Amino acid sequence: MQADVKLDTLGYFCPMPIILTSKKIKELLPGQVLEVISDDEGIKKDMPAWCETTGHHMVGMEEENGADKKVYKAYVKKAGG
Amino acid sequence: MNATNVEPATALAELRETKPDKVTLVVLSGDMDRVMAALIIATGAAAMGMQVTMFYTFWGLNAIRKENVSSTPKDWLRRAFGWLNKGGASRLPLSRFHFGGLGTTMMKKVMKDNRMPGIPELMETAQDLGVKMIACTTTLGLMGISKETLIDGIDQLAGVSTYLNEARHGSVNLFI
Repeated sequence: MQADVKLDTLGYFCPMPIILTSKKIKELLPGQVLEVISDDEGIKKDMPAWCETTGHHMVGMEEENGADKKVYKAYVKKAGG
Repeated sequence: MNATNVEPATALAELRETKPDKVTLVVLSGDMDRVMAALIIATGAAAMGMQVTMFYTFWGLNAIRKENVSSTPKDWLRRAFGWLNKGGASRLPLSRFHFGGLGTTMMKKVMKDNRMPGIPELMETAQDLGVKMIACTTTLGLMGISKETLIDGIDQLAGVSTYLNEARHGSVNLFI
């Protein structure tokens, strides 16, 4: 999936990926897609929940096998526009 | 309000203003683990665009006291109490396995090694995200803590009515 901006939160546990996402999304224009990379499994549920509350769009979630644990890529489309 | 209809330029801050979601947390405990849970909920909620108010009372006040600064109450009882009850976000003990500080130090090391933010960092993040901090005047007085010894960025000194007035508009109210 193609993203406009990437955000690396590898190594961070909850709530940091969400907090970093909420800060980063401000830099995007409406309609742009943010890719959040995380190895915290909680992101699978947390990112859709964050989107539901904030109104941004969850466009996809990908899973990859990292060195010692899974890496998740969440794609969030900024609301508005 | 349907959040998908927001104006293009609507920032999260504005979104927060228009959303009724409000979270109030009473932080009574001064235990590191409990305050950490409170701050994780607070920062998470703020990141979700919710309005968050944290009401610090009793032992929870220790989390918002400056380190190595002590109040000097006039009576000896409260002065003695102040010597025993030290404040400061980075020196809160674990509720279990504190072991005179050893357990807490080990927990902090594990947290640091795993890039988990500690209480001072979470507190800073919370303030950064606009979490409102209120200190309870009753317990400040009871414990002989002067407001000058609280950290910067405490929005209000208030009592139960202020808390209830916030809480009755809240969809999430927690007592920690």
